[in-house]
Amino acid sequence: MTDDDRKLRVSKIRNGTVIDHITGGQSLNVLAILGIDGTSGDSVSVAMNMPSERLGRKDIVKVEGRELSQEEVDVLSLIAPAASINIVRNYEVVEKHRVERPDVVVGVLECPNHNCITTENEPVESRFAVTDDGVRCEYCNTIIRDDLPAHILAE
Amino acid sequence: MRHDHIISATQLTRADIEAVLDHAADIAEDPGAYGDRHSDTLLGLLFFEPSTRTKMSFTTAMKRLGGDIVDMGSVESSSVKKGESLADTVRVVEGYADALVLRHPMEGSAKMASEFVDVPLVNAGDGAGQHPTQTLLDLYTIRENAGFDDLTIGIMGDLKYGRTVHSLAHALTTVDARQHFISPESLQLPRSVRVDLHDEGAEVREHTGLDEVLPKLDVLYVTRIQRERFPDESEYRAVAGEYQIDAETLEAASDDLTVMHPLPRVDEISHDVDGTNYAQYFQQAHNGVPVRMALLDLMLGGER
Ligand SMILES: [Zn+2]
Repeated sequence: MTDDDRKLRVSKIRNGTVIDHITGGQSLNVLAILGIDGTSGDSVSVAMNMPSERLGRKDIVKVEGRELSQEEVDVLSLIAPAASINIVRNYEVVEKHRVERPDVVVGVLECPNHNCITTENEPVESRFAVTDDGVRCEYCNTIIRDDLPAHILAE
Repeated sequence: MRHDHIISATQLTRADIEAVLDHAADIAEDPGAYGDRHSDTLLGLLFFEPSTRTKMSFTTAMKRLGGDIVDMGSVESSSVKKGESLADTVRVVEGYADALVLRHPMEGSAKMASEFVDVPLVNAGDGAGQHPTQTLLDLYTIRENAGFDDLTIGIMGDLKYGRTVHSLAHALTTVDARQHFISPESLQLPRSVRVDLHDEGAEVREHTGLDEVLPKLDVLYVTRIQRERFPDESEYRAVAGEYQIDAETLEAASDDLTVMHPLPRVDEISHDVDGTNYAQYFQQAHNGVPVRMALLDLMLGGER
């Protein structure tokens, strides 16, 4: 099977974003981080556990009609550090870049400490500093190292 | 001091600490000289959980500086009971007071509150998080009794939930103290504190028993082990006795040992220690007033 055959499994998009090289099995978490749940009407394709030379298995997400902001893309790095972002206009990839780990992520993760003020009904968003091996709540200092996707805030 | 808000001991540099302690020492020598220092100042006290001592200590400090306090009163009698957010409460009280003191049961509450106000805010304890003014008075007591040079300190008890311990451990790294942590395994330091101490290059050892380290210590800081931290009574009883000291325990200690406790104590320090030269916990509590006077004075723009 050639590379082209594989690509056919996920239909080409006209305008939007292709997120490639997502860590195998993480595509639904990527969608959750991006706040994509299908209700907005965007056409979204997901391919899971595709063979990948670089990653062994990878997921691919294609979002029609939406170009992701750099900020959104940076947050993806927490669960898909190898992901690449392709911005597509009129079926052409016009921009291609890798994700980069941000210094902080705001409003994306829920603090696992139930006694943390950010879990209360206060007008404040969760705020985590991104460290080399995890993230750390800037309010209560709780560290999350494993299982980041479990702490993604529901929209 | 560079800080408008005092949220965490981690924000205090060695220079900040020395500035507050030096000023506190001046104040302690002649408290009367500061009596009209802040006669126009109102300090807002927001205590969302009971803490008579800390509240009285701040009240005394403000009054000794010539100022006064406005007190939210108990949570039961306030609008908080009706579901008002903390962010709203502090924004309202900011209009009444020149500075705020907040005690709240949730971690991160002081940091969040400080983001909503322009007046200086002091964290007087946020859940199991931080208690920086306790740390400053602890440091004052340590400096008075043992000095900061070549200091070896043992911190014993509930290290997991004890916010005074978390604050103090950070601050002790700024004075390069050797720190020994003594606790049951289930109540060891939380990961975030370990990570910080490690990153700060602190010299830290953890123990489950006091015997092996006691003779080396200049200071023994004892905290309470709370019964409710244990799933069942028998587990509590199995460990609790190990972390209680009495005059006999201290026979193995250096004659210069200073014993401290953030109070209130229950039975972790026997009353027969009170009369010994080791006991400094009541003095430690008294030191809260000059230390909080110094901090408030510096925060409110007093000249040294
Ligand atoms: Zn938190």
